[in-house]
Amino acid sequence: MLHGTTIILISFAYLGLLFAIAYYADLRADAGRPVIASPYIYSLSLAVYATAWTFYGSVGRAASDGIGFLPIYIGPTLMIALWWVVLRKILRISKRNRITSLADFVAARYGKSALLGGLVTIIAVVGILPYISLQLKAVSSSFTILVQYPEIILPAQAGAVPMREDTALWVALILAAFTIAFGTRHLDAAEHHQGMVAAVAFESLVKLLAFLAVGAFVTFGVYHGFGDVFARAAADPKLRGMLTPLEGVAGGYSNWVWLTILSMMAIMFLPRQFQVAVIENVDEKHLNKAIWLFPLYMLAINVFVLPIAFGGLLRFPGGSVDADTFVLTLPMAEKQELLALLVFIGGLSAATGMVIVETIALSTMVCNDLVMPVLLRLRRLRLNERPDLTGLLLGIRRGAIVLILLLGYLYFKLAGEAYALVSIGLISFAAVAQFGPVILGGIFWKGGTRAGALCGLLAGFSVWLYTLFIPALARSEWLPIGLLEHGPFGIELLKPLALFGLAGLDQINHAMIWSMIANVGAYVGVSLAVSPSAAEHRQASLFVDVFRLSGEAGGARFWRGTASAPELYNLLARFLGSAAADGAFAEYAASKGLPWPGERLAADADLVHYVEVQLAGAIGAASARVMVGSVVKEEALTIEEVREILDEASQVVVYSHRLEQKSHELEEATQELREANERLKELDRLKDEFVSTVTHELRTPLTSIRAFTEILLDDPDVEMGQRKKFLGIITKEAERLTRLINQVLDLAKIESGKAEWAETAVDMKEVITDTLAAMGQLFKGRKIKVEVRLPESVSPVTADLDRMIQVMLNLLSNAAKFCDAHDGRIEIALSERENYLRVDVRDNGRGISPKDQEDIFSKFHQLGGVLTDRPRGSGLGLHISRQIVERFGGKMWVESDLGRGACFSFVLPTAAAAERVA
Amino acid sequence: MANFETKGQHFVALCMLGMLLFNYPILALFNVPGTLLGVPALYAYVFIAWAGMIAAMAYLAESGT
Repeated sequence: MLHGTTIILISFAYLGLLFAIAYYADLRADAGRPVIASPYIYSLSLAVYATAWTFYGSVGRAASDGIGFLPIYIGPTLMIALWWVVLRKILRISKRNRITSLADFVAARYGKSALLGGLVTIIAVVGILPYISLQLKAVSSSFTILVQYPEIILPAQAGAVPMREDTALWVALILAAFTIAFGTRHLDAAEHHQGMVAAVAFESLVKLLAFLAVGAFVTFGVYHGFGDVFARAAADPKLRGMLTPLEGVAGGYSNWVWLTILSMMAIMFLPRQFQVAVIENVDEKHLNKAIWLFPLYMLAINVFVLPIAFGGLLRFPGGSVDADTFVLTLPMAEKQELLALLVFIGGLSAATGMVIVETIALSTMVCNDLVMPVLLRLRRLRLNERPDLTGLLLGIRRGAIVLILLLGYLYFKLAGEAYALVSIGLISFAAVAQFGPVILGGIFWKGGTRAGALCGLLAGFSVWLYTLFIPALARSEWLPIGLLEHGPFGIELLKPLALFGLAGLDQINHAMIWSMIANVGAYVGVSLAVSPSAAEHRQASLFVDVFRLSGEAGGARFWRGTASAPELYNLLARFLGSAAADGAFAEYAASKGLPWPGERLAADADLVHYVEVQLAGAIGAASARVMVGSVVKEEALTIEEVREILDEASQVVVYSHRLEQKSHELEEATQELREANERLKELDRLKDEFVSTVTHELRTPLTSIRAFTEILLDDPDVEMGQRKKFLGIITKEAERLTRLINQVLDLAKIESGKAEWAETAVDMKEVITDTLAAMGQLFKGRKIKVEVRLPESVSPVTADLDRMIQVMLNLLSNAAKFCDAHDGRIEIALSERENYLRVDVRDNGRGISPKDQEDIFSKFHQLGGVLTDRPRGSGLGLHISRQIVERFGGKMWVESDLGRGACFSFVLPTAAAAERVA
Repeated sequence: MANFETKGQHFVALCMLGMLLFNYPILALFNVPGTLLGVPALYAYVFIAWAGMIAAMAYLAESGT
């Protein structure tokens, strides 16, 4: 049996467990071993997005709209896809400027404007009240229902049950006490609440497990799987329409689109989401996991919503039970006592998680951006002279927490009963959506100004008040209902739910359309019309260009004035306590390589900026500015000066970037030039060498031709025999000249790539026999014995037949020239290996020394040298032969020992092998 | 992934794809009677497309890190 006291005890035990987790996490953080430094904890803490709205309300919405509950989770998924661009930037800005809350962020962006920070705070507090009341309502009604177990009596019918009347008030007070214990035990300069984050992550697990448990129970325990639930719903004529819900039931596509946009804004700008996603983030890299884990969490917690909704509608026909309570009443109806209790704890988790984070975020804003700026300006209080303000700061926050929860309770009493859970929550979503233009505009558009932001927020918030907040109060009969039906003073055009005659829309759509037009219109219009101050200009640049400007000192460039280090220290000590101030100064001094405490620490722009940033962590950017201003004498920079500094900085960045690029290009060009120059030099050297060799080669035969012709010319009495001999020499030398010139031309053609090559299948055996036949006479004349070893047949090679004959002729005539003069012997062998043919031509001449073996293949190389021996060749033959063989993929080389003859060999790939390679 | 900027562009493109998938007229194509494994077509589509989107985000976010 579930008694009220049992449930209360279990609830307190659960809250105690949360507190223990938070306490443990705080201890670990103090010891320097934080538990929350994990992307998984970060992702789970983001799931504070899923509140009692998700836990109870989604089913309620699904029971009336079918799929209409889903944009609330699909919108965030789409927004999270942009997190890589948007949230990463906000994170970087916040870390660099020590942003402590949403209001602080907006205030800092628009010139550290205290007025703007205050306005954002007020909008956030008023806007979130409905959302907090939703949680109170959910917890109190789930409690009221659960104590009736096993009866199912809804709170609306429970008037007969006394003493339950004000469960909501008790819930509010207990949660306030709890939040104070969680969030305001001590003051952290960075506003980190590690214990709270750990507890919230744990709660996210609990609510997910509880919801999955009840979902699985309904789907597979009560029914037989998804198909069964939907099949039964399809069989019910009243429910059939909800299976294709987008026409009619869910308010059509425009409703769907607006809810998507609304929740895209909410996931970024709900104060608690900003708190866990930005303020409590300890490592930017956690984003990589959170980007997909958090959407996955939302998917998981929504899988069973529809089966529970249809299950509830089938189980309790005719609307006897409020659909918002199906999650709890279904297990109760099935007499699952423990499951019902688990559901209650899950719902409690969802609600408390939201309330704790939301009120801590709001109380920080109320303290830093609303109360402190006012108190600091009241000179009568002499706050500037108080030695220690940490107690005051904590007191303000605690008071704010109690106040916010009581206001939430008040809203619940005034307006909460008339609406379903989701409708209450959407009113809050619409309120925080008003921050969208100002913040997104603020981080991507430098033109947005303080005046523009103020006007945009005021306009959007006013429309929100008029079209959503006031109607909610009027519906609950706290304002005359005539206001809704006939408009104020009977002016139909100003009816809050059909402003300017725009009727027929869902209330949220209607409010969003008008408030966004007013908000964006005023923000952009006024920003363009009013020029910004120096401070605004500076902050705009620091925010928008956060990825370009580097270092925390980004802000220090904009300060000029005089200050003293002890005064700055005292200031910090007053707000953070002297221990924290000591730590901060020591850290700063260490970064400058100076001792602390010490005289040498200069109170320069860097230190002033550092102190201001530290202070901003405790009391917000706007207040920190005021406080620092009270102890230092600052010379105001004019807008021109700020602009100059900014332009200078950005120009320097651009210039240096360009310069770097240019010098890099230059380096590359120089390197290329150097290489080209080397090549040219080498070519030049080769050309010179070539020309000198060629002319030398030409001169030798020319000289002998000239000598003999001169003899014949001068001496007509030369004997006939002698004359014949001379003429023979002249003819030979002329032939040699012709051959040389032909070869030079040939070589030039080959080397310039202009030679024409025919590629046909060539039978090397044929080439060798043909060449031998052509040279047979020569061999006989010199009495050289030729030995030929040819196989039966060989595979063809792909080559130019004439060129191959040229190669063979060259090798054979070389062999004939250099073989033993008296007992000349030449061996020719052709053999086939796996992929290639090999030709060997061996002579029995005097051989080639190893050092000459490679040289003989170069141009104009002649063994024996031109001076000692009569040149017997042009010196080009081997060079050309080798070029030809290489042209067809082969290789040519020589093996020889001095005095034992030489063997010239070359290989050529067979046609089949060459084709495979190609 | 080559650099932060390219990655950002991929994410923006993915978001736009999501806006297309979860909007008129694609949604209307599935807003018809008929079931997939017993689940009404529209519900099945939304959840499958959603899961696909998350998978793509996971791939993008974890690549090159």
